[in-house]
Amino acid sequence: MAVQAPAPALDARAIRADFPIFEQLIHGKPLAFLDSAASSQKPRQMMEAMTDFYSTSYANVHRGVYVLAERATAALENAREKVRALVNAPDVREIIFVRNATEAINLVAYSWGMSNLGPGDVVVVSELEHHSNFVPWQFIAGRTGASLVMIPLTEEGELDLSALDGIAAQGRIKVVATNHVSNSLGTINPVEKLVAWAHEQGAIFVCDAAQSAPHVPLDVQALGADFVAISAHKMCGPSGIGVLWGRGALLQAMEPFLTGGHMISSVRLDRTTWGELPHKFEAGTAPMAEAVGFGAAIDYLNAVGFEAIEAHEHELAAYALGRLAEVPGITLYGPPAERRAGIVSFNIEGIHPHDVAQILDMQGVAIRAGHHCCQPLMQKLGVAATNRASFYLYTLQEEIDQLADGLHTVRKVFA
Amino acid sequence: VNEFDQMYREVILDHYKNPRGHGTLDEPDAHAEGQNPLCGDEVSIYVAFGDDGETIDEVKFSGRGCAISQAATSMLIEMVQGKTATAVATLDKQELLDEIAIPLTPVRLKCAMLGLTTLKVALHKAKGTPLPDGLAGFDELELL
Repeated sequence: MAVQAPAPALDARAIRADFPIFEQLIHGKPLAFLDSAASSQKPRQMMEAMTDFYSTSYANVHRGVYVLAERATAALENAREKVRALVNAPDVREIIFVRNATEAINLVAYSWGMSNLGPGDVVVVSELEHHSNFVPWQFIAGRTGASLVMIPLTEEGELDLSALDGIAAQGRIKVVATNHVSNSLGTINPVEKLVAWAHEQGAIFVCDAAQSAPHVPLDVQALGADFVAISAHKMCGPSGIGVLWGRGALLQAMEPFLTGGHMISSVRLDRTTWGELPHKFEAGTAPMAEAVGFGAAIDYLNAVGFEAIEAHEHELAAYALGRLAEVPGITLYGPPAERRAGIVSFNIEGIHPHDVAQILDMQGVAIRAGHHCCQPLMQKLGVAATNRASFYLYTLQEEIDQLADGLHTVRKVFA
Repeated sequence: VNEFDQMYREVILDHYKNPRGHGTLDEPDAHAEGQNPLCGDEVSIYVAFGDDGETIDEVKFSGRGCAISQAATSMLIEMVQGKTATAVATLDKQELLDEIAIPLTPVRLKCAMLGLTTLKVALHKAKGTPLPDGLAGFDELELL
């Protein structure tokens, strides 16, 4: 993900005009929204696509024989194809719509884990995981008698691959699950290497790509993972929809996760058979309008270009690390700029992140303060919480200046 | 920095920087630890009763967290000194909020109430006084 080629142009100011949220003042100040890693803001084009769908094509999908049902079905399946192309999946039937990346990982943990894990088996996650890729595995390992082992972190907040041999000696490794990019530190993980190692162990690899899919070109075939989870809301799409991509053969062999309407082939009093992919994993009425919105968000991001987005964020991260380093008493967490995405976590000596974030809010700067759903990581860093600023395609350098100035004010208030 | 005075007024920052009753008691008559699961604020409260076994003779707290959680606990310590366990268990949170006297969003209200909630839990464990509302962060406690 390091950028060597000349950065493709991205006009963040022009992009910003597509995002109505920025047309307001917060506490009388321009909004510096530096919390896109939690959820991104939304372009007008995405919202209009959802409104159009509701206004012209809304009905329940599949089975219906009337025009509106056909339109709605086409819109849903059109969105599925856009997601397939986005992640370069070999087959559109491998694209499962779920609520978010968390549900995608739960689907794998339950459906694959409950049938394939048992005592003596090992599930490997990392100390860098979001709770979304930690708690489901901890829970299912507990239910099945498998053990849960962590890949530790180096001082710089990167996965310590030298620990892998020791982990391999601890039992039959069945699952390796890590994120592609850390939501907390911005660390870009060497997923291709981890996938190769997982496959050497005979394990499946589950990739939480919620924090990478919005920012880099994602190619599940090049990545080599067996399952990949993403959330639309972090990438200009609506909340309430995410995607699980999984290898067709694995998905075929798995039991369903949720059961009920739509996911069946036939229902008899004594027995139900499951529908084909992807329907087997899509019980109930689909998030149709959300899928349409996600499709429009993908179109929007493609038009800007993922290479350009990646280069822009990389530039912002390097700039932010420089500006923040000027703030007295600051501790910056995570790897150097060339090995991190557009996320910067920090603490200011003697001032709790909630106080930092509160005083920044009064200056129109929105950052996240807390454990970022990464309590194991916070324990490793020896802190209760950090501040986190995160960037996206609409982020301006002057918002980072506003953050840096704001931090000087924070220090004055607490002086 | 006038615009920040309303929230981070002098008295709050003073209690944060110079917390009253900061420390621990070796053999407390009542003790509890509380956490704010949203932001990781932590407060431990230690109480020693007087000869009547009811009046708070000495009360200490330790912890780490945001200025609001720590300052509010420090203010609480001053308020409850010399009161009975029953009086503190029924202390209206508004009395503490009046003392704090800053505008609090719902998230920050949890910070401000951490000390009072923890103290009430400590008294409940020692004396069976009523539990407060909102007990997230006290999962070690058998509540029912």
